[in-house]
Amino acid sequence: MNTSAIEINICLGTSGSAAGGEEVMRLFRHYALERGVEARIGKRCEFKKVGCRGFCSKDVLVDVIANGGRTTYQNVKPIMVERIVDEHVIAGTPIAEWTAKDDYASFHSKQHKIVLGPCGEIEPEKIDDYIAMNGYRAARKALTAMTPDEVISVVTRSGLRGRGGSGFSTGEKWSICRSQPAEPRYVICNVGEVNRALAEGNPHAIIEGMLIGGYAVGAQKGYLYIRERYHLSVERLRTALVQAREKGFIGRDIFGSGVDFDIEFSFGTEAFICGEETALMESIEGKRAMPRYRPPFPAEKGLWGQPTVINNAETFSNIPVIIGRGAEWFASIGTAESKGTKVFTLSGKVRNNGLVEIPMGMPLREIVYGIGGGIAANRKLKAVQVGGPSGGIIPESMIDMGLDYESLRKVGSIVGSGGMVVFDEEDCVVSITKFFVEFLQRESCGECTPCRIGTKRMLELLTKITEGKGEEEDLETLQKLSGIMTASSLCGLGRTAPNPFLTSFNYFRDEYVAHIRDKKCPAGVCPALVVFMIIPEKCKGCGLCRRACPAGAVTGEIKKAHDINQELCIKCGACYKACKLKAIRKA
Amino acid sequence: MTADKVLNKILEEHRLEKGNLILLLQRIQETYGYISQENVQWFADRLDIPASRFFGVITFYPKFRTKPAGKNTLTVCCGAACHIKGAQQVLDASRQALGLTDGQDTTEDLKFTVEKATCIGACNIAPVVILNKQVHGGVDADKVTKLLKGFAPEDEFIGY
Repeated sequence: MNTSAIEINICLGTSGSAAGGEEVMRLFRHYALERGVEARIGKRCEFKKVGCRGFCSKDVLVDVIANGGRTTYQNVKPIMVERIVDEHVIAGTPIAEWTAKDDYASFHSKQHKIVLGPCGEIEPEKIDDYIAMNGYRAARKALTAMTPDEVISVVTRSGLRGRGGSGFSTGEKWSICRSQPAEPRYVICNVGEVNRALAEGNPHAIIEGMLIGGYAVGAQKGYLYIRERYHLSVERLRTALVQAREKGFIGRDIFGSGVDFDIEFSFGTEAFICGEETALMESIEGKRAMPRYRPPFPAEKGLWGQPTVINNAETFSNIPVIIGRGAEWFASIGTAESKGTKVFTLSGKVRNNGLVEIPMGMPLREIVYGIGGGIAANRKLKAVQVGGPSGGIIPESMIDMGLDYESLRKVGSIVGSGGMVVFDEEDCVVSITKFFVEFLQRESCGECTPCRIGTKRMLELLTKITEGKGEEEDLETLQKLSGIMTASSLCGLGRTAPNPFLTSFNYFRDEYVAHIRDKKCPAGVCPALVVFMIIPEKCKGCGLCRRACPAGAVTGEIKKAHDINQELCIKCGACYKACKLKAIRKA
Repeated sequence: MTADKVLNKILEEHRLEKGNLILLLQRIQETYGYISQENVQWFADRLDIPASRFFGVITFYPKFRTKPAGKNTLTVCCGAACHIKGAQQVLDASRQALGLTDGQDTTEDLKFTVEKATCIGACNIAPVVILNKQVHGGVDADKVTKLLKGFAPEDEFIGY
């Protein structure tokens, strides 16, 4: 921290920009210039656009760093900028009512940030910021003072496992690839949904990780596989690549070690199946992304039939830190089998939505209540879905379990992409399961029969149940189908597709039975099984529900109890949400 | 440039790229906004690759279009986090605001295309829409309607 200057950091990740961060930044610059801030305080005043620091529900977040102290403002709107400049930057008095509150502190204090640490601190578009925090030092050390085998040994001993799919040991994967006689070899970095913040907040760490990986396995070419739609991530990575090339960190004869390594983009398209390694390679080769049979594994025969290492951006971001601080340090974090930290996107019905990085093994309760601040609107927690669409649904009763590869597998879930969606009592698990299966059915590539037909049949049966036409034997059929898909699908997508059903059926059997036997949706979500009714004693006839109803089903005179015409009702729930007196009930 | 000249330029670039069909199709779509049957046939003839191979790739990836797209694109994220916070209502409202009928994804005047996305990775500010390149978080039916109705011509995406 530079005490001779005032630093103003403005969060400009995807959600910071969406909340109006660019305009906030522009106004800060505008007022600083107009007020002559630098002349008046006799110091330099610097503006930095930083990446996402995770607490996206409070964006735009702005740090004012002055006289060695740091003040964080939350939910900064363009209209607030002038006062911050006048009262804080110039007069030196922070504006207490706008600063971040306790939940900002508790959101961060319980996390363990290794890969997310620099995000929100450094300016992602300036390579010098990254170099100042020892960036590219690990790569220099690896390329000039270590042999490839030594690098692999450090990574293996650190216990790092792939952060994307099944959690295979990264060091072991590299070692298999290195032992192949064929050349050339390739390194691929998959930048998925959860990795966005890494690409936006600290792109150089990904590049450095790929460089070290390339050196370790003997590859001269790396591919950044990313969806074009992630505009900001692509821009930041592109800038980072140009800068790294200018400094000679990628290209020919890196650090004078004689090692050549270059990285280029491969733009992916919207397809969930591309999370599968071999499907992703097919896509880079320009074909339909359909998984290959294995063995041979990608480390033996991958891209264009050559040995290929493929890891995701989070895995690669861990590499420089592991090389820099050592395997033992990394292995001291986490559990016996799962080392280090994992990034999760905490979303859904929790109070504090955001991107969190936790040590492996942290209890789910700690994340939902400690970091997430509990359930929004004081409702009750129902379940948490972990691991993306094909993850499992974990009930409230089990949230004391730790989050690591083994524990999650035990309850029928996966670490997967690190998605984490929290559901409250107003969510119906059957409908949620149907939603996930619908997604997986659409994304099934169609190559193998169990997945292609299995997901289709599962969706048909779940749709039938949510429409109130379910029969008890449907549950048996669903279980049988799940067994077949898990055992005989070609790739991970098909094998994990039954997870949402299997877990929700295991832990919420009553809810399935209620849909089938009683023709009721206990959470009041499934349109065919829910009836909205006005409780006449509670209704004051304010007319809010009448105005909210898009179908004109609510009738009644002002100040008299209203009524809902069930034949016109489209079960959208707009009246239920509009009513301030809780005079509408779902049954 | 005449149509043939444009296509020839794409063909040249394609030959440098180990015959990667996805890149070729991306380039056609970037140039014309969609991929027409005639264009596929043009390349199929010159590259001696059956047109069915092209269509195999086109229909596999949802992002390839075989019909003209609108000048502006509204993408509605329908991932899990957005779903439970009402993405469907947002999608319905935006289609209604633009007067799209069933099976239509582009307005008659080719001004707007509405598309669904799987997760775009901005779950923390769900539900999310992307209008051209700008991400909007925490939207609902009202907000998206206002966004579309208040869309000024000067914000229009000038591309292709």
